[in-house]
Amino acid sequence: MEEKYDLSHLKALEAESIHIIREVAAEFENPVMLYSIGKDSSVMVRLAEKAFYPGKVPFPLMHIDSRWKFKEMIEFRDKYAKEHNWDLIVESNEKAFEEGVGPFTHGSKVHTDLMKTQALLAALDKHKFDAAFGGARRDEEKSRAKERIFSFRDQFHQWDPKNQRPELWDIYNAKVHKGESIRVFPLSNWTELDIWQYIRMENIPIVPLYYAKERPVINMDGNLIMADDERLPEQYRDQIEMKMVRFRTLGCWPLTGAVESSAATIEEIVEEMMTTTKSERTTRVIDFDQEASMEQKKREGYF
Amino acid sequence: MENKIDIKAFLDQDEKKDLLRLLTAGSVDDGKSTLIGRLLFDSKKLYEDQLDALERDSKRVGNAGAGQIDYALLLDGLKAEREEGITIDVAYRYFSTNKRKFIIADTPGHEQYTRNMITGGSTANLAIILVDARTGVITQTRRHTFLVSLLGIKHVVLAVNKMDLVDYDQKVFDSIVAEYKKFAEPLGIPDITCFPISALNGDNVVETSDNTPWYKGISLLEHLETIQVSSDHNFNDFRFPVQYVLRPNLNFRGFSGTVASGIIRKGDEIVALPSGKRSKVKSIVTYDGELEYAFPPQAITITLEDEIDISRGEMLVKADNMPLIGRSFSAMLVWMDEAPMDIDKKYFIKQTSNISRIKLEEIEYKVDVNTMEKSKIDHFELNEIGKIDITSSKPLFFDPYQKNKHTGAFILIDPVTHNTSAVGMILERRDECGSVEETPTFSLSKLGIGTEHRSAIETLQKAMSKQGIEIKIED
Repeated sequence: MEEKYDLSHLKALEAESIHIIREVAAEFENPVMLYSIGKDSSVMVRLAEKAFYPGKVPFPLMHIDSRWKFKEMIEFRDKYAKEHNWDLIVESNEKAFEEGVGPFTHGSKVHTDLMKTQALLAALDKHKFDAAFGGARRDEEKSRAKERIFSFRDQFHQWDPKNQRPELWDIYNAKVHKGESIRVFPLSNWTELDIWQYIRMENIPIVPLYYAKERPVINMDGNLIMADDERLPEQYRDQIEMKMVRFRTLGCWPLTGAVESSAATIEEIVEEMMTTTKSERTTRVIDFDQEASMEQKKREGYF
Repeated sequence: MENKIDIKAFLDQDEKKDLLRLLTAGSVDDGKSTLIGRLLFDSKKLYEDQLDALERDSKRVGNAGAGQIDYALLLDGLKAEREEGITIDVAYRYFSTNKRKFIIADTPGHEQYTRNMITGGSTANLAIILVDARTGVITQTRRHTFLVSLLGIKHVVLAVNKMDLVDYDQKVFDSIVAEYKKFAEPLGIPDITCFPISALNGDNVVETSDNTPWYKGISLLEHLETIQVSSDHNFNDFRFPVQYVLRPNLNFRGFSGTVASGIIRKGDEIVALPSGKRSKVKSIVTYDGELEYAFPPQAITITLEDEIDISRGEMLVKADNMPLIGRSFSAMLVWMDEAPMDIDKKYFIKQTSNISRIKLEEIEYKVDVNTMEKSKIDHFELNEIGKIDITSSKPLFFDPYQKNKHTGAFILIDPVTHNTSAVGMILERRDECGSVEETPTFSLSKLGIGTEHRSAIETLQKAMSKQGIEIKIED
């Protein structure tokens, strides 16, 4: 058989990501993989399993549970981690949760800051992780397009877009002082379509919420919010309608809008995506609460 | 139903597309952002709401005339930059056509952003250099071309833009091309292709234009879609820097890494550097099954017939094709740090998976990036480029960068700030001057340390190695 020496774009992206993941495992004392349970996380987790096959992945998964995630996400998380032999850490901002912080009572800004950003920062400090993988992609959002693959964070976990380390070839600078850390984005060069194609090619399990189904939703200011648990405020309860919907991204259920869709397979999702008029993050309420908001959140330490 | 078959066929086909990484350099005035915007726009990658956001932004800070879309806003992501109206960092953009996927590293053009262009260009297969048809080859064009050749980018597209403003005059185009080729020839870039375009009007960008009937070539996009780049990898010299040692159980010891160059097959004899120990490839392991052979840039795990002690930073090669081995070499260096070079500082070097400390020896010269003139200096400042001799505290395994990017490239890290202070491209090995210090060896038995402490000592050894200090331990 004739030997061939070229890789498809998916295999080239896979090789690049595996290289990045191994580099982190080799250079850092105490890395962790941040796991959002979303489709990008699912791909990242599979890449980590590939990087160390036939061995076990030498770092844990950590999920920051805002306590407002979809129930199906939590079920999926626990099942996946168990079946694939991952060490799973789950951390939440217990204090804020007990004080009743939530998106309906405190708004998306306060909720996201306390239950996501602050919870993440506290967890990183608690476990003294010096590197944290995230599943962000550069094509998702404008400020991410400029972020390094190894993204330096100071001791307050802050990102300074004007003071980024040069990053060349596949040589990554992993040097940090005590208390400082690196966020690592092995999926930086993947696009949304790449992710879907890879999930299809590799048969990677994802949360069923991505597929269209009849679900109970309420139209809140143009966002189709699913009634996922009993914490839905009284005033919305008589507005629930059953609609054929799916989710393009997953987050806290009161902050993640569904889209009306009949796409129930990956092929149908891709087809919908290629003809759709809304890009991925527009169903996330948090990106719209202030100008240049993702850049602001990243500076503060949110992913 | 037919539709469903179509999308499946589309995906099956699409999975097999390859990837082209390209660099665009230029300043605001060249229409670089307009060109990229058009490539993205016309390849239908732009989602409608990104366009909506663009229209909103245009009303506030756009530099384009009223009612026109400012393509540049698509590309300039960060708030600070949008306010200044210039791209100050490297922005990555993605688009795809039905033939290929593209990653664009978009970098600013001014001289003070040389380091950004170097960053964006390091992984590029191809560079697009834009010139304004009205002004022709200018200082910036020369600078960019020099940097492209320095980075070893093999394919250059010269896009002569704003042809509409010179009435699509063939003479203008021909004379710019002639001048450019004359200048670029000594730099040794193997492939230069020139296009007369108007990014604003779309002439010869996606489709060839009726406005330039004298131009017989294909469109810029068609060129990007069809140019062969997989052969740019070095398939001759097998180099496998060991990145990670996998030992999940007593029966499995694998060496994980990315094939930097060359081909490796099951059964091939290999040499481990620096030990010089030989063995044969027992298997090439991946999650998706064992491979018969592997090539760059595949990420694999190699197991060997014999039990040899190999750790990260070492390299597997073939006996009849060795890299250069040594502590001393000359290199082209680009200073990337706001803090100037301190010639007495012991910077870290990271080259493949190796980390060591270095001594900066003599700076042979600095190159003026605008005139190519060489001059003598005693240290480098931000964005300066020149030739320097370097000595590493431990032997490195390398090749000249122009022959092998992956084993010829390195970065220098400041030992205090940990910033990436400089990046370099190795030119050649140098004879080691002065006495070469042997790696200090500590014999546990001679020191009266019991073998039960061996793992603790090895932890110490590993920690010291991370600081660039190498010691050997023997029983």
